[in-house]
Amino acid sequence: MSDKTSDSIAFVAKGTIPPSPPPASQAGVVKWLRDNLFSSVPNGILTLVALTVIYLVLQKTLPWLYNGVWTTTSLNACREVLDGKVGACFSVLTERWHQLLYGFKYPAEFYWRPNLALVLLLVAVAPVLFFDLPRKMLIFTGLYPFIAFWLIWGGTIMAPIIALLGFVVGGAVFQIYGRGSFAAGFFGGIAAALIIWALGGMLIPEGASENAMLQAVPSRDLGGFMLNLMLGVTCVSLSLPLGIALALGRQSDMPLIKWMCVIFIEFVRGVPLITLLFVASVMLAYFFPPDATVDLFLRVVIMITMFSAAYIAEVIRGGLAALPKGQYEAADSLGLDYPQAMRLIILPQALKISIPGIVNVAVGLFKDTTLVSVISMFDLVGMIRGPILASTEWNGVYWELLGFAALLFFVVCYGISQYSQWLERRLATDHR
Amino acid sequence: MNKSVFLGALTVAGVAAGAAAAGTLDDVKARGKLNCGVTTGLVGFAAPNANGEWEGFDVAVCRAVAAAVLGDSTAVEFVPTTGKTRFTALASGEIDMLARNTTWTFSRDVDLKFEFTGVNYYDGQGFMVPKELGVSSAKELDGATVCIQTGTTTELNLADFFRSNNISYEPVPIETNAEAQQQYLAGACDVYTTDASGLAATRATFDDPAGHVLLPEIISKEPLGPLVRHGDNEWGDVVRWTLNALITAEELGVTSANLAEMSAGTNNPEINRLLGTEGTLGEMLGLSADWAKNAIAAGGNYGEVFAKNIGEDTPIGLARGLNAQWTEGGLLYSPPFR
Repeated sequence: MSDKTSDSIAFVAKGTIPPSPPPASQAGVVKWLRDNLFSSVPNGILTLVALTVIYLVLQKTLPWLYNGVWTTTSLNACREVLDGKVGACFSVLTERWHQLLYGFKYPAEFYWRPNLALVLLLVAVAPVLFFDLPRKMLIFTGLYPFIAFWLIWGGTIMAPIIALLGFVVGGAVFQIYGRGSFAAGFFGGIAAALIIWALGGMLIPEGASENAMLQAVPSRDLGGFMLNLMLGVTCVSLSLPLGIALALGRQSDMPLIKWMCVIFIEFVRGVPLITLLFVASVMLAYFFPPDATVDLFLRVVIMITMFSAAYIAEVIRGGLAALPKGQYEAADSLGLDYPQAMRLIILPQALKISIPGIVNVAVGLFKDTTLVSVISMFDLVGMIRGPILASTEWNGVYWELLGFAALLFFVVCYGISQYSQWLERRLATDHR
Repeated sequence: MNKSVFLGALTVAGVAAGAAAAGTLDDVKARGKLNCGVTTGLVGFAAPNANGEWEGFDVAVCRAVAAAVLGDSTAVEFVPTTGKTRFTALASGEIDMLARNTTWTFSRDVDLKFEFTGVNYYDGQGFMVPKELGVSSAKELDGATVCIQTGTTTELNLADFFRSNNISYEPVPIETNAEAQQQYLAGACDVYTTDASGLAATRATFDDPAGHVLLPEIISKEPLGPLVRHGDNEWGDVVRWTLNALITAEELGVTSANLAEMSAGTNNPEINRLLGTEGTLGEMLGLSADWAKNAIAAGGNYGEVFAKNIGEDTPIGLARGLNAQWTEGGLLYSPPFR
């Protein structure tokens, strides 16, 4: 026997024991499954139920998608190809895609015009949406409505130019006289614009649209998803400033303005949109003299804009109400007048708070544009419900067409909602 | 014209909606185009095809009138209307005539101030049942569940029919034809009832059309026809006699195939009067002598139009039935061209 410790002890660890892997139940997939899916008996049951549901759905839809037929020319031909198997008839999309996107009357050789207008739209809204972009791009944004109008409707280029000129002159008058008195600048600007439009209208020669560079396309020929996008973009962009004005007007101290705004908002919010659309398409025809009809597209734009402006006004009023009174008093104590206080202090904060509400209204409004199908305008849903389902070739195809419509709307609405989330993160509206 | 460019700029095509009251014929001639109201889409009756051209049984009436008045069957502006907008569109002068499978009823004719210019399709409410149900008559439907569109005359007709036959039924209310189709196929109801032409068109879209039968009973009268505004009788005459010309042409055996040959002159004076080689019928209407010839050339006579759009060789496969010539046991009976 030895005295050495090393001799009296059978084994001495020379280093630290290497960590052993965690038990199988506490690592990797198993742990994740236990934590997330089977953490308790009720959760485990729910997981199994959910998996069953997903399986049942996929079991039906995957073969349907996978067996889809893309090349036939009618539903019957499609069924012959499928020969009793479950499968989608996507051929309706390949044969009628242009009708779904542009309506059935927009001339096919001019499809590049709305396409170009859409691309330019992306360019034009970019500086509005992403304020890191150079501010000079806003000039193009200002010109865009006139360019898009000319591209989509065609006709004489003089009409959009004179319309633009009216706005420019009106704006200039406002800049010059608005310094002295807001009212003088405001009404002076409107009067100047009206004079330019009236004079310009006389200058355009009769029949100028017939031999214009871009052949004129009447509003009635617009349709498909293009019409939804046009209505959505126009109405959202018009209703935002109108909604701000209404919200401010409702808070005004001047009783006349205040009550006009209150009555407008409450009336329009109390009426269903579809009623307003019927008024636009049916009733207004009785009020105008027979030879002075206003274009149906314009009538619908006015009605939808009024409708969404009333909602946006209420959303913004919520934002205004959320601001502490101190903000208003601070603006006053700095000696700012009303427009300055609003522009520099109140609205930037109020609008920031209102972003989620405004986006909510915008998404809802965009989807509501499909309601125009009930007043026989052929938007995407109108095209599906009317001409395509009523053709002898495609009567009876529902899932493919409505699924396609849902997909298009989802892409746009999801995009809007993602943008608003980015904007909120960027502006950090919660003041944390 | 250009009241202000603001409107001009935003509207471009503010189509002048024609003076409402009288002189529609002159308006159409001056405009060079016929504004014809049609449905937003009904299988076989009116729908644009893949190229965006309107086709169908009602569309053919519009084209025939355009051909008779303007000599050009393509000079038509088709104005799609819904069931709710059709009458205001006609009353406000937005359209010159309405050919939209509209039932001729007393109140529409008298109270709404329209004038039906004839009947181009005699429809009626029918029943469709799955074949395996083994039903051969609507009177055997005691206790059946029936899919029915709410708010239509079909609902009232159905109640009347079952009550007068002392049998019971259970209604399954549905909103649109598309919904009805799904409900019926899913077995939510034993019977689907609507206009017989609609039933046939619906059945044609089924996976297995032979598995469903249309029962022989027709329980209502639905005469469908083109209509114009009250108070413009010259224009009403043009539309009425254009339709009659198509019907008479079939009766007399004038088809689009032998039209050229017949219009050179025949030994049947009525054909000669119809096609304008004898008499002055066109002039009396304020049209050219060959107005009826143009109308027939647009799409053939009534029988040809029927066969091409909704007849037995089409997927819709409607038999002539009531819509046969009176000489063949149907109801089509045009007053003589004299």
